[in-house]
Amino acid sequence: MNQYYHSIRIDTDKCDGRMKCLRICPTQALRIRNGKAVLIEEKCIDCGECITVCPQNAIVPLTDPFGEHTKFRHTVAIPSPALYAQYGREILPEKILSGIKKLGFDDAFDMSATCGEVSFALQEYLRDYQGPKPLISNVCPTVVRLIQVKYPSLIDQVIPIDTPRELAAREIKKKKSKKLKLKENEIGTFYLTPCPVKMISIRQPAEKGKSSIDGSISISDTYAPLLAAMENMEKGSYRKALESICILGIGWAMGGGICRTLRLKNSLAVTGLSEIIKVFDDIERGKLRNIDFIEAHSCPQGCVGGSLTVENLYISYNKILKLIETLEFEKIKACPDIREVRKLYNQNYFFIEGKLEPRPIKPLDKDLAKAIKKRKEKEQIYESLPKIDCGVCGAPTCLTFAEDVVKKEAKLTDCIFNQSIEIPAMSKMQNDSNPLPSVRVNIHKTQKKKDKNET
Amino acid sequence: MTMTDEHVLSQKFEIIGSNFGNAGKASTSIKEILQEIGIDPSIITRASIATYEAEMNVVMYAEKCLLTLNITPEKLHIKLEDEGQGIADIEKAMQEGFSTATDEMREMGFGAGMGLPNIKRNADKFEIASTPGKGTTIDIIFNLNQTEY
Repeated sequence: MNQYYHSIRIDTDKCDGRMKCLRICPTQALRIRNGKAVLIEEKCIDCGECITVCPQNAIVPLTDPFGEHTKFRHTVAIPSPALYAQYGREILPEKILSGIKKLGFDDAFDMSATCGEVSFALQEYLRDYQGPKPLISNVCPTVVRLIQVKYPSLIDQVIPIDTPRELAAREIKKKKSKKLKLKENEIGTFYLTPCPVKMISIRQPAEKGKSSIDGSISISDTYAPLLAAMENMEKGSYRKALESICILGIGWAMGGGICRTLRLKNSLAVTGLSEIIKVFDDIERGKLRNIDFIEAHSCPQGCVGGSLTVENLYISYNKILKLIETLEFEKIKACPDIREVRKLYNQNYFFIEGKLEPRPIKPLDKDLAKAIKKRKEKEQIYESLPKIDCGVCGAPTCLTFAEDVVKKEAKLTDCIFNQSIEIPAMSKMQNDSNPLPSVRVNIHKTQKKKDKNET
Repeated sequence: MTMTDEHVLSQKFEIIGSNFGNAGKASTSIKEILQEIGIDPSIITRASIATYEAEMNVVMYAEKCLLTLNITPEKLHIKLEDEGQGIADIEKAMQEGFSTATDEMREMGFGAGMGLPNIKRNADKFEIASTPGKGTTIDIIFNLNQTEY
């Protein structure tokens, strides 16, 4: 049985081992074994980079197929605000929500109002918070998983306030079941998602609580049917449609959209995993203590850059930005009632159920002495390798290959440089007096050299 | 208990003075090694902070430095031997808030006079020796085998 759910499945019939996923994976969680991609479950943080890059479409996001929501008595779609940015500038959220209702959902819920409520709740939390800084947003499940796996020391800095999508689904179930005299589990809540990782945060919440969302449907699957559904719709009042948008919540799908609602002197918005890693490294070193809040999205430019979106991410980012500017210019401020939010906040309405636990990657060995020995072996093996990260062995880098060998998940002879074949282009990479097919001999040489140095 | 050689993990890093762009690389590498061999996360955090502070001191004040990491099942030892101006009054340098940093360094957020005290606070054992005009050596030690202490 698998310990972790993941948001992707590798279709081995389609996969032909072309290694694009291998190279892009930020946590080195993929290998090619027997010509097919294989996922190392404990290392994967569900960022979805591999989905985008696969030329064979062999990495399949495990979202629910569009139209599969019939087992519920009443269904409600909750689109991520990123959906609002997928269509032209004239198409406002109101029209999109009406369009969704034509697609077989009984209702469509505007999450930006919930986002606005959470903005107020965050303001409350940040004002009273006394612990180590900066606090880190939990809105991106990949970022939360990155912290669990690679930055366990930052776990207590992750905001314990539930995400808008969860709060919205919980509220919908509660209200609708009362109104329609149905059980909560007869109301189906479906998140229209810009990325596959939301699926995982539903099936296996990082905090071990239970999700109120019943399924997630990708924006890319929704795009075409929704476009058709909106085609012959009557034009409503533009001004009225504008007035229904929560200015605090509408920006949550773009990087920086949360920070701008919090009125903080020192906050940062970071997007893209490699940039997030740099910032988290700095936090761990004790820098950035003067920053109050960090908003981090693993996708470039935020959720609008998710791997399951359709529109170019800069265009959708810009669409949201322009929408906010229009609302500001027109002085339209449809916000939740802050007094109401404060009341709920004090009743612990917003706080997440369950505690976030670290999920560190298994060390080389449970026994420290043995782990040290294995780490040395890894170093020695690495030194004997060509360090060109060719990937032919099936590991993304020579360093990960060395680790795989020490863990006995790969054999030294899987390295093409340890096989007795002549590759002229590559043999130039080492010096002529030391021809390549004998790397095994090199290992002994480096060992001897080291021994001499140490005595 | 005597340690056989195979249970000592040694690694050396070179840190170059004034190279702000690379500052922090050694502490990141060390953190990764410690995670790989399964050191307690709270020790990793303390070691990361201490190493980073020490690294920054080299970048700000010294010309170059050899950092040696030595790990045995009992202890983690980080030694920094730098070549540079050295510290004239160690007692003063160990006081919180004392700093000889230039205005430019302070502008960048450094030189709050917390570096050395912060290293000491995070380490289990801390030693410092300096020869003005020649350089400074510091030893940062963490106990790994809790039962011994």
